[in-house]
Amino acid sequence: MRHHTPYAGPALAATLATGLAVVGLATLGQRRARQRDLVARHPDDAPARDRRAAPPGPRRTGHAVTINRPRAELYAFWRDFRNLPKFMTAVEKVTPGTSGRATWTIAAPGGSPVDLETEVTEERDGELIAWRTLPGSAVEARGRVRFRDATGGRGTVVDAEVAYDPPGGEIGRWVAKLFQREPGIQGRRELKRFKMLMETGEIATSDNHK
Amino acid sequence: MRALTWQGKHDVRVETVPDPEIVNPRDALIEVTSTAICGSDLHLYDGVIPGLLAGDILGHEFMGRVVDVGPDSTLRKGQRVVVPFTISCGRCYFCEKHQFSACDNSNPVAKQDMTEGLYGHAMSGLFGYSHLTGGYAGGQAEYVRVPFSDIGPIVVPDGLEDDKVLFLSDILPTGWMAAENAGIEEGDTVAVWGCGPVGLFAIQSARIMGARVIAIDHYPRRLELARQLGAEVIDFEQTSVLEALMDMTGGIGPDAVIDAVGMESHGFGVDNVMDAVKQKVGFGADRGHALREAILACRKGGRLSMPGVYGGFLDKFPLGALMEKGLTIRTGQTHVQRYTADLLRRIGEGEIDTTFLISHRLPLEEAPRGYANFSDNQNDWTKVVLKPR
Ligand SMILES: NC(=O)c1ccc[n+]([C@@H]2O[C@H](COP(=O)([O-])OP(=O)(O)OC[C@H]3O[C@@H](n4cnc5c(N)ncnc54)[C@H](O)[C@@H]3O)[C@@H](O)[C@H]2O)c1
Ligand SMILES: [Zn+2]
Ligand SMILES: [Zn+2]
Repeated sequence: MRHHTPYAGPALAATLATGLAVVGLATLGQRRARQRDLVARHPDDAPARDRRAAPPGPRRTGHAVTINRPRAELYAFWRDFRNLPKFMTAVEKVTPGTSGRATWTIAAPGGSPVDLETEVTEERDGELIAWRTLPGSAVEARGRVRFRDATGGRGTVVDAEVAYDPPGGEIGRWVAKLFQREPGIQGRRELKRFKMLMETGEIATSDNHK
Repeated sequence: MRALTWQGKHDVRVETVPDPEIVNPRDALIEVTSTAICGSDLHLYDGVIPGLLAGDILGHEFMGRVVDVGPDSTLRKGQRVVVPFTISCGRCYFCEKHQFSACDNSNPVAKQDMTEGLYGHAMSGLFGYSHLTGGYAGGQAEYVRVPFSDIGPIVVPDGLEDDKVLFLSDILPTGWMAAENAGIEEGDTVAVWGCGPVGLFAIQSARIMGARVIAIDHYPRRLELARQLGAEVIDFEQTSVLEALMDMTGGIGPDAVIDAVGMESHGFGVDNVMDAVKQKVGFGADRGHALREAILACRKGGRLSMPGVYGGFLDKFPLGALMEKGLTIRTGQTHVQRYTADLLRRIGEGEIDTTFLISHRLPLEEAPRGYANFSDNQNDWTKVVLKPR
């Protein structure tokens, strides 16, 4: 398109200049990107769940919290699964079965509660508890909570992680919602409530009524 | 019960609300005998701190009698207590370091998300100070539910009347911590911006710690109170503050500067007018004229103590001056519980008097009038104490 006004000159020049600048930036950007690609990347020391690009396989969400209590005490409290509903708001009840199995009763928003059958897949006293849902459950998930001494006598670092396949079916959809709505928030809140309960004996609330 | 509720900007009302109950094992219920309006409440009144909901009960400076206790409270019914405005569990890493306003466990979990986004971390719960700090009902009410009552409240002897001890809840420790944060050394001159309650108590504390103090404000009555506490004064409306401070310190500048003004600085400097406009249109900008001036005035290698409250972002912050001059900043919501016992002793021994500050005592029912005047007639209304009955 041609401009016939006397002002076209400067306007065109400006457009061209901006265009050139953009081209310049683009080349610079490409050069940077090329340089970046030439640098071989080594895995860093952060948990895999914090990668910018999610690794293939099940989705992971998890958090770490430091709790000013001894490792053995925290481990024992968690390992007694009946305690979990005290700080996991979505879990109504956990009924332990035999040989590391347990039934988690999860509150369904507006519907009747759903039971998930789980089993412990690994446990190391005072260090680690890992579990998974049994095949055929409404969701397929694996969880793992680790306990290690914090530096400088600050207590225990508790790191909890859940890996799950995006579930299918009707139930799967709301469970997915439960886990995925604001990814990770649910888990972070649960760990904080666990910390409050263990450190202070109660869970803080600003409600003035029970 | 009756309580002062926030309804919106410049709209506070005394309403009838449900009485609080004991909820958690370490709770206590306090019947309030005295409660004050704080400069921090004015930031809420002016709508420049986010996170308030209509109907929230305000007030974080209060004291009263224990009327009920949970099974794990160490208080007894009938005891007279002053309650710190910071709610702290006493058992987390931060409480053990006596950084009570950084308590990990008093801000309810669901409320922490907001501040984690805004500040990177959630701070402790505070009474009556927006949902960013927990959404706890405040003390400008007949009754208050006090969590972690075995850690915060300090029992006061019956011989010391309310007016003498009420300010242990906030502004007295705040002034003290402000002076402590100034790192006062032998022969130091400390300049204090703002002669409101916080500034005046900072002046009093800095004098006790041995500093020469220069106080800055524009209200004659407040400057007079500063002078009575032993400060030299500068009225920023009649005098150029930076030049005066240089002259009064032999060209060196104050060794430490204290910003006891906060995010609603007065003044008609170009920077402040622009900040004020942005604050009005909800740009999320704090108004920081006093803070900028304090940084420019401070001597090379000096200290900046900042009790004044800021909520968000500040434009044109003189970061270069701060870095190039090598200043040290210390700030924060006050770690009240760290100071109450020592300050109560000083009050008991007559070293510290707090009653000079109180200009008005009103029934709780007249709290809205107290807010309007503490906000708009600052010269004469230096501190308002409310009486629920
Ligand atoms: N850190 C804490 O824990 C804590 C506790 C209580 C209060 N505060 C904060 O401290 C600040 C002061 O509280 P207050 O109760 O004294 O409030 P206030 O509003 O009564 O006093 C502020 C004073 O600053 C003066 N001022 C305003 N602009 C000024 C300027 N440019 N130069 C010099 N003086 C100026 C005003 O004239 C006024 O006298 C507020 O920001 C408040 O939120 C902090
Ligand atoms: Zn206050
Ligand atoms: Zn704490």
